[in-house]
Amino acid sequence: MDWKTKEKIIKYILLFFALSSIFFLTGIVIVLFREGLPIFNKIGIIDFIFGKEWYPTYDPSSYGILSLIMGSLLVTFGAMVFSVPIGLASSVFISYILPKKLKTFVKPTIELLAGIPSVIYGLFGMKILGPFLKNVFGLPTGLTALTASIMLGIMALPTIISLSEDAITSIPKRYRDASLALGGTRWETISKVILPTASSGIVTAVILGMGRAIGETMTVLMVAGGAAAMPSSFLKPVRPMTATIAAEMGEAPVGSEHYQALFGIAIILFIITLSFNILADLASRRFKKKVSGQ
Amino acid sequence: MMDGNLKSRHRKQKIVFAILGVTLLLVLAILATIIYFIFVRGIGVISWEFLTAMPQNGMTEGGIFPSIVGTSLLVLGAIIFATPLGVFAAIYMTEYAHKGKIITAIRVGVNNLAGVPSVVFGLFGLGIFVKFLGFGVSVLSGSLTLAIVILPTIIRASEEALMAVPDEYRHASFAMGATNWQTVKNVVLPSAMPGILTGVILGIGRVAGETAPIIFTAATFFSMKLPSSAFDEVMALPYNIYALVTAGTFPAKQVPIAYGTALVLLALVLIINLIAIVLRLKFSRNQE
Repeated sequence: MDWKTKEKIIKYILLFFALSSIFFLTGIVIVLFREGLPIFNKIGIIDFIFGKEWYPTYDPSSYGILSLIMGSLLVTFGAMVFSVPIGLASSVFISYILPKKLKTFVKPTIELLAGIPSVIYGLFGMKILGPFLKNVFGLPTGLTALTASIMLGIMALPTIISLSEDAITSIPKRYRDASLALGGTRWETISKVILPTASSGIVTAVILGMGRAIGETMTVLMVAGGAAAMPSSFLKPVRPMTATIAAEMGEAPVGSEHYQALFGIAIILFIITLSFNILADLASRRFKKKVSGQ
Repeated sequence: MMDGNLKSRHRKQKIVFAILGVTLLLVLAILATIIYFIFVRGIGVISWEFLTAMPQNGMTEGGIFPSIVGTSLLVLGAIIFATPLGVFAAIYMTEYAHKGKIITAIRVGVNNLAGVPSVVFGLFGLGIFVKFLGFGVSVLSGSLTLAIVILPTIIRASEEALMAVPDEYRHASFAMGATNWQTVKNVVLPSAMPGILTGVILGIGRVAGETAPIIFTAATFFSMKLPSSAFDEVMALPYNIYALVTAGTFPAKQVPIAYGTALVLLALVLIINLIAIVLRLKFSRNQE
């Protein structure tokens, strides 16, 4: 075989490997729809998404997932309220105020926070934060939407901090120099020049953090309390979508309506996280355009 | 007048900076608190026997040896599947096609795969490996599922490592008459190795701690024997922590074991991540 043919063959083999992510993504879509679509046909997609009653094991059973969607949205919202300000403030401090020597120590430490397995956050939330909040608020149970929000917020922090920090440091130095030369203080430079310029990069960080939080499974499974009712307060248990799938898949007979409904939830969840990713991608492209000089 | 204004602006800056600094300290304190509690509550159970003995009485006594073995097998399997796949994908992206529609599509694919919730990977593994291919709930099904979970991590790290190799190396190799593949194999890949290794190590850390993808594909709560083939189900450290605090009938006996298991897992993951970070720092210093 001459070397040109050999090169060509190698190239196509490599291309095949490179396409693997797309294959798997397509495979995930096919599996989810193959197993989950029958439930949409049976009860209607509107009744599935907007139905308020999730009684998969009752007779007659009911498969409305609105309370589960609301549970997911509530804890994700709570997590963002907590983690966006803290994450943003930390990233500003790390990128502009912290001395370089400390920065090389602090950044990896925060990456370590990202490396802790979710089941350990779950254990901490369930056995330490939960009982603590129970005492503070005098609740019947410490496993509530608030507990889940705090734990998810902590877990989203590394994503938000390191991506915002990247966005802030990638802003050309001339922006800062220009503002300082005009007599602005460092804080005025940060708040009036740097942050507005970095905004779309920060938005990317926040959206990816949200995607993380809404798709997180073990922590909410262990910490959110698991009540499949419409959430009415942060101090009550909720049951997010991910927790429902993880908790019930083991008991649902393969191919049953319940099994199909759990795949149906996964379809909705997949669509939500996919749209978050696409949004983040758009924001990130806008940011790159801006920084590279309009 | 002007000076007074400037003074107040600087005072404002001082206050804001102080608040920002306290916030960062809060983040670090949260990290310390979590590690502290897991350490303090787990250290009492840890002993040589805890690490090397079989569990007893339905997981209320004895050791966690099968979980350590199970997690090691899952990690090994996932890395064996994901590393060649990820590295070859990255080679195509950096050495064969730099720009164009295919690359954009691949990159979108990688980014979206990275954003898929872990429980959805679990369902995919259940649908494909456990059911469709008939591997059952097994080490094999779990490893394949976890390999897909860490594929984006390995692709990105390898891509970064390959891109960091200076173009002069490639040009020199081409000038000697080497083909593209010979250049990749003999010149680019060896110099990118430390970076790729860092990605693989980060992947190991991730796989060791993942729970949701293995619940329906690989894990079992209690097993009296070690797996004897790739088609056996296994105990795993992260799944066992979950099971110990949510199932079973003797929480008073199970929770301490859960903390001990959590400490083992946490130590494992932190050490793995630390190795990756140190490697990367060293690597980036060499590049400069």
